[in-house]
This record gives sequence, structure tokens and C-alpha cells, in this order.
Amino acid sequence: MAEPEPRSEPPDRNLDLDLDQAAHLPARRDPKPNPDDLDASRMSDVNEWGRSENMRALVRRLYEPIYKHWFRVEWEGLEKIPPGGALLVANHAGAVPSDAPAIMHGIETELGRPIYGLADNFFRKLPVVGTYWNRLGGLPAHPDNAYRLLREQDQLVLVFPEGTKGPAKTWDERYKLRRFGRGGFVEIAMRAGVPVVPIALVGAEESMPILVRLPSLAKAFGLPYMPVTANMLVAGPLGAVAYFPAKFKIKVLDPVYFDVEPDLERYSRSKIMDESEAIRDKIQSALYEMLRNRRSVWFG
Amino acid sequence: MSTRDDQMDYPLVRTEPRKSGTSGGRRVLVTGLGTFWGGRVAQALEADPDVDVIVGLDVFEPTVELERTEYVRVDANYSILSRIVRATQVDTIIHTFLVVDPTMMSTRSMHEINVIGTMNLFAAASTPDSTVRDVIVKSSTMVYGSAPEDPTWFTEDSPRSRRATQPIERSLEAVEGYVRDFAEDNPHVNVALMRFSNVVGAEIETPLTRLLQAPLVPSLAGFDPRFQFVHERDVVRALLFAFDHHIAGIYNVAGDEQIPWSEVARLCGRRTLPFPPYGTSLIAGPLRRLGLLNLPDEYEMLLKYGRGVDNSKFKRAGFEYLYSSAEAVEEFIESLRLRRTIGAHRPAYRYERDVEQFFRHSPAVVRERPTRDSEATRTPRSAGGYEEA
Repeated sequence: MAEPEPRSEPPDRNLDLDLDQAAHLPARRDPKPNPDDLDASRMSDVNEWGRSENMRALVRRLYEPIYKHWFRVEWEGLEKIPPGGALLVANHAGAVPSDAPAIMHGIETELGRPIYGLADNFFRKLPVVGTYWNRLGGLPAHPDNAYRLLREQDQLVLVFPEGTKGPAKTWDERYKLRRFGRGGFVEIAMRAGVPVVPIALVGAEESMPILVRLPSLAKAFGLPYMPVTANMLVAGPLGAVAYFPAKFKIKVLDPVYFDVEPDLERYSRSKIMDESEAIRDKIQSALYEMLRNRRSVWFG
Repeated sequence: MSTRDDQMDYPLVRTEPRKSGTSGGRRVLVTGLGTFWGGRVAQALEADPDVDVIVGLDVFEPTVELERTEYVRVDANYSILSRIVRATQVDTIIHTFLVVDPTMMSTRSMHEINVIGTMNLFAAASTPDSTVRDVIVKSSTMVYGSAPEDPTWFTEDSPRSRRATQPIERSLEAVEGYVRDFAEDNPHVNVALMRFSNVVGAEIETPLTRLLQAPLVPSLAGFDPRFQFVHERDVVRALLFAFDHHIAGIYNVAGDEQIPWSEVARLCGRRTLPFPPYGTSLIAGPLRRLGLLNLPDEYEMLLKYGRGVDNSKFKRAGFEYLYSSAEAVEEFIESLRLRRTIGAHRPAYRYERDVEQFFRHSPAVVRERPTRDSEATRTPRSAGGYEEA
């Protein structure tokens, strides 16, 4: 039986916390198990989620120039990410999404905390890609995984509630958020007793815009979608990995705390859908706000 | 407040004192006495002064030396079981006779042993006058399957992601169905369903240990699934823990942590030999027929996606593991090295019926039992039960 451990309450559950309050969240009383604590007999540092900090560090070194000089990522409100477990929720875009690596890299270098990205289990089926994806902090988006990470280990978890519908958008639909699934991310955050931190990201759409989708080809190859991107027109097959140097701006919005008890068997469906819709609205209006202030796709 | 675990079928541990049978000590029926587990468990029970009677069933003869366990040869589907249960008045059944290694026998005989055997076992244990109060079933984490949709850690109440297709998985599912039905129909019985992950150790041989002993360890190119292991000593200890504490419910039994397959091979001092990840059976099939590779189909998915189970429930019940996954593999490879150098640890044991009968029942043998108090009244009855059966 999972006896819920005594937890410190966030000071104010009804209000979206502002910066000062978030900075004064009380420290947790009991140290949570650290997934990186491994047995002495082990020969690698692949932790209980398949993530390897060594490999992550290597990739961070390789990705740093791209992050700094290609996308020139700029964060706003990073300090709003609370200590302890939190579910980070962002918009998703670009045929081969460039937003997940940017967000994960930013959090790990700026906050010094590991972050796990939940994604479609499609990745897991790919040889080589699936293995590296997992070693770099990718996990199948299963509610049990999210619960264990958030509730039992106080980790940061990133999800894209739009799922594959986000990056599958064509050029003319950019920055228009898709349906946020069935609100599963809200339910998991409620059950785990952690806040949802909405994140709005501008730039990923332009880094690899989709001109047209080829559904029959996607079906033939068993892919979620098969895009023809502008990058491919410019760089040929290399376009599948070559991003345009769009300027990335990432804005962390105020964490959303839910006024419910964790670990319940069920949560009200209408409350889940309302919260999910509210979070979607917040990200959507933040995106519009950021786009209104954006002078250039390439220079921000 | 209800947690998600609360919907577990049966409570964790029942502390109600066991119904004292005819004489106070426990009377145990061990199925699969000839298997590794049955033999080991029976050996351990023999040393327990609280255990009066141990009856072991199997189609095969015991492979370990036993002092006071009564061995009954039965047919694979246990058709005479209800007579044995009635005659011996056992209060505990330890059901270890479940085939989890599909290379051991044909699908049909596996079905006979696993499904029909379990069905008959529970039919025998659920007669109205049944004295059975504790049932411990040794199942496998194979029931969770292995698929890309899986959670990283299966808890006892996680459903499997895809339908079972392999005969071995389907038969284990059917077995667990009978276990659940029995637990529901007999709320006064403590039913412990123990799901063991991949076992390694000095003596046990499984498809995985065979893979790890090969000069090159087969893997699937581009995949590095993560595995969990439990040491054979922990398996026996877990069964005895369930026995001692009258545990009820479903429990995963697996060492801490999952280890990538490549690291498992490295721990064993081996290199991997990557097979193409698609159409693996096209290559594995002929190799299997040539006797070069004994890789059952079930392991193809496992070598892609691995499997992890959450072992915390059994820990919360009080069990302490001796080995983590990595330590279990280390221990396995150390004993393998030793065996390669000096040969088998102990001389092979062969069951001789007449010799065993002599030691157990001849008046010429001076017997010393762990308990001496009510021996005179107990021994003849158990012997009588055996003779009748």
C-alpha cells in the first residue's frame, strides 16, 4: 500500500503563486529517493529510468553551441519553476520537434536539475534512436511513470499535451494550439500533488516548418505523420535534421496549483477538463503576446 | 483516503493465528518437488521444527537430497491430488510447479502442467472440508509481457499493455485467473501470488542464463533493453517469507534496479553479438534448429523492450533482499567461473525410491526429528496418508 508520505503543503493553493511566494516554499521534510543513487556493483550510470547522466553531460556539451549560437535561446521566468516535483507543460512544434531538447537543455544547465521528457512510445520502437532517447531522459508517456517521478521522487517532468498533433501542424496553422489530449496531464499532476508549470515557446515552428503532410506515405512507413518541410526543399534529405536558425524565446508562466487532495482514485472529469482548458488558454495567450512583440523570426 | 493500491484484491498480511491442525505444527504440500524451487523449498522446510509434514509432488524425481519429505510421483495434471490433500490434511500448499521456461517442453505439456495442474490443485484445495489455510504460488513477471507501451515499472496492479500471444504467457495468465478465483471463493485462505522476475544464481538454468554463458551474448541491434534479476537465494527466501508470515496478495519479487542488457553482458565479461532487430525469428529459427541458439520467441520482445517491476510492495511487507539485480548477476558469474574451474559444486544426487523409503520408514533407522514432543502421534498418520495415496 502506498501510504502517502507526509508532505508540506504549498502555502497557497488557490492562488497562482507569484515569484516571492515560490521562492519561499518550505523545504521538504523527508528526502525523496534519488533515482541516480545506484548500486555499487553497477558498471554504468544508467539510472532506474534509463537516463545516463554521463551521456546527458556529453550531449549537453555538444548541444550547447546549437543552443547558444544557432537558436540563441532566451528564457524568461525560469525562477518560477518550483523546487520539488513539477509537471512542465509546453507547446509542441517543428516536424522533428526542436523544442524538447531546447527546454531540457535549458533546465539542466540553468537550474542544474535533471529533467525527464515524456513522449509517444513511438520513439521506443526505433532502434538506436529509441535507446539514445531513453538514455537522454526520454520516457514512454505512461501515467505510472509520471506518478513515480513526480510523487515519489520530486523530479521535473516535461510533457507536450498536444502529442503528435502539435508537431504535425502545417505552416499555416503555426502557434495555434491543438487539443490538450484528454487532460491526462492535469489528472496526473493532481494525483501526484504537484503543480503544472505552463511554458510558452516561440521559434520552434519556424525552425522546421511543415509545408505539406503525406498521410499515405506515413501509413506505409508506420509513422505518426510524414512531413515535407521547408528544410527539405533547401537542404534535401539533410533537411530532416537541419533546422533553420529561428530565435527561440521560452517563457515560463506561473505554476498552477490544484486545490485537490493527491492520491485520490478519481478526480472530477469536468474539473480536469476545465483546468486543462485553462492551462491551454494561458499558453495560447502567452504565445500571442510573444508573437505580438516579436519583430523578426530570426532575431527575436 | 483511498490510494490506488487499495483496490488490491486481497489484504496484505493477515495476522489471525493459523488454525492449529491436528497437532500444532504445519503440514505442507510442495508441488514441483523435482524442480529446482520445489526441492530447495522442501530442504529449507525440513530444517524448520514448526513444520511437521512435508509432502512433495512431481512427475520427476527429486533432484536434491531430502530427509523427511515424502515424495509422491503424480501425473502432470495432478488428477489424484484431492485424495492426497484429504489424506495428508495439509494446511499449506506451496505451488512451485509452474513452467516458465518455454524451451523445457512442448506447449501441450506446459498447458497440462500449468493450467490443468493448477486447476486440479485448487479444486482439491477448495473442497468443503479442506484444511488448507495458506497457498503460495510461484508465478512470473512474464505475465506483464514486454511491449513499447509498457510503464518503466510495473506495479502489482498494472495491467499488461498488449494481449498475451505467446503460449507461456497465456498459460500463466490462466493460472493467475485460477489463483484469483480461488482467493475470492475462499476468503479464509491466505493466497500469495508471487511474481518472480528473471532468476539467476549458481545453479538455476534459464534461457537468460544460457544466453549469458554463450561466448557472445545475443542482442538486437540498436536496442539496449533493461533487465531486472532476482537471485535464486532470494527466490527461496521469498517463498519461505511468504510461508512464515502467512502473506496474502500479489507481490512482485525482483532485485533493485534495472540493468541495460549491454551492461549485463559486461558484468559477465562478455561482448554482445547484435542480431538484426527485424525478422529476428528468420535468423534465430535456423540457429535454434542447429542447436546453436536457444532463444524462445518470448525473448525477442524482451530483448527489445525489457521489463521492470516495482518491488516495493514486498519490501513494505517486510522482506529484505540479499541481492540487487547487479549483485545477482555478479554472484551468478562468479559461481559460473568457479563451476568452470572445479566442476559441479556437489556430487549429483539420484533419487532411489527404495533407499529413501528405507530411511524414512524402516524401524531400523534411528530418526531424530527437529521436534520430539508429539512425534509418536504424528508420524504414523503422515506415513499412513502417504501409503494410501
